[in-house]
Amino acid sequence: MQIYLPIAEMSVNVFVIFGLGGAVGFLSGVFGVGGGFLMTPLLMFLGVPPAVAVGTGANQIVASSVSGVIAHTRRGNVDFRMGGMLLVGGLIGSTAGVWLFAVLQETGQIDLAISLSYVVFLGAVGGLMLVESVQAMVRSQRKGATPRGNAGRHTWIHGLPFKMRFRKSKLYISALLPVAVGIFVGVLTAIMGVGGGFVMVPAMIYLLGMPTQVVVGTSLFQIIFVTANTTFLQATINQTVDVVLAVILLLGAVVGAQAGARVGTNLKGEQLRVLLAALVLGVCLKLANDLVATPDDVFTLISEVG
Amino acid sequence: MRAPRGSPRSRRSLWVGFGVGALVGVLSFAALGLLASARAQQTVVPLVADLSKHLVAITTGFTGTDVLLFGATDGPGDVVLVVRGPLTRKVVRKKQLWGIIWANRDSVTYDNVPAYYQVFASRALEDIAQTSVRARHQIGTEHLAFNLVEKSVTESFLPGFRAALVRLKQKQHLYGERTLPVAMLANRLFRAELHFPANVPTGSYSVEVYLFRDGDVVSAEITPLVISKTGVGADLFDFAHQRSALYGVAAIIVAIASGWAAAAAFRRV
Repeated sequence: MQIYLPIAEMSVNVFVIFGLGGAVGFLSGVFGVGGGFLMTPLLMFLGVPPAVAVGTGANQIVASSVSGVIAHTRRGNVDFRMGGMLLVGGLIGSTAGVWLFAVLQETGQIDLAISLSYVVFLGAVGGLMLVESVQAMVRSQRKGATPRGNAGRHTWIHGLPFKMRFRKSKLYISALLPVAVGIFVGVLTAIMGVGGGFVMVPAMIYLLGMPTQVVVGTSLFQIIFVTANTTFLQATINQTVDVVLAVILLLGAVVGAQAGARVGTNLKGEQLRVLLAALVLGVCLKLANDLVATPDDVFTLISEVG
Repeated sequence: MRAPRGSPRSRRSLWVGFGVGALVGVLSFAALGLLASARAQQTVVPLVADLSKHLVAITTGFTGTDVLLFGATDGPGDVVLVVRGPLTRKVVRKKQLWGIIWANRDSVTYDNVPAYYQVFASRALEDIAQTSVRARHQIGTEHLAFNLVEKSVTESFLPGFRAALVRLKQKQHLYGERTLPVAMLANRLFRAELHFPANVPTGSYSVEVYLFRDGDVVSAEITPLVISKTGVGADLFDFAHQRSALYGVAAIIVAIASGWAAAAAFRRV
């Protein structure tokens, strides 16, 4: 069944889009990543113009994140206090990121900047997670179940001021840390046009030392606001949010996210991280290959208003 | 435009009337008078053409559409049709190897680029008219008069960029890869099937019909064609462009509500 998308100005198969939304929503529910880093490239692959893919993807992630957060809240897996701190940083960071985006656009290399930051961050994050989680799995098999965590470790990080108690995360750390993580991820969010979950989740695990189960729900909580902001900016500045496309995607995604959240709670932390790492590395390799491989056509055509 | 097309038929019915036998001489005089005026009109218009519809409405279920062009000439000749979409501005970028990475480097900006372009002809274009004649009427993608706006390369590289623009448009099925046929009937009537794909750009189109004799245009006609969105799709498009802040907020509310609804629905399962 074909449907015409009024903003994207093209006709698509409803079931393909629904399936795409469901698959990405499922991953979003399992891993707590918004799925933007998958959704945006996949939509472009289907022929949706890049700007529409970014704007609409953000809108759809709002829906799947809301659905995911509710599911995780029921299981007590959202640290709202931590999420709030991350959000403060996220808003500062994304504002700075929008400005940086404009500078890069002027120099004419925004496409390359986006692709390169994807490759670098997906590669670093995926590689790091894969090594760590495989080690953790091997360790736990050798010695039986060893509780993981940085709780006992004491570094300079613990000497920072403005200490706050994050009960859900079982942490007593400086509020500056989550704010700093939020700023950093916020900048990336604006440049890469995604929710930033794939950077946020590992940052929360490895930099903040949060338990994996709480990380997922908390990350989704923060993503709701970041992607809502992106949706609004894209809608007002570029008019590139296609609600018809978004509604079909999110119908698939909300169902997928619920199923994903169930599967996610039944997986062990290490397993979850190995799978996410594999996924992130897969996307990274694909994008790296696109940058390095000889393109089918060295020419591209871009519409310019004016 | 419509009157002369109907005239041969009305003339024929008049002759039938004659065959059956006219009752009153006055009537036949009147008929002859009409016939004469129809003949006079026909000599003025050697070419008439029309489309099966002048408005293509893009609705929610739009998957592309066909429009029939039909017409008549006053005698033997070659018919060429040129379908042209609204003029746009396009940037052609070329990737180059930087170390191991392919990155955009040079770009050329063209104006007056038709969003859609397709040529139909009753014979091979080369047999119909010389290159100079075809160029004058912009018949064939090689004769499209793109307007160079900006370039980061030297003159010698321009043909490559121009060819790429046409090739990429053809890949999107917006420029014809080859000339499509015009069906001729008894050297007088002609017809052609115009197909517009699902990704057809909206706007005002023109269908130019040329009648060629001995390699020159003896008559030409332009028929307008409007392709526009209608219904819910058009309303959404207008909403998104005219009240974009409200549209953005609405999009977010829809997303939050459906996420909430899904979570609530799954709780009961």
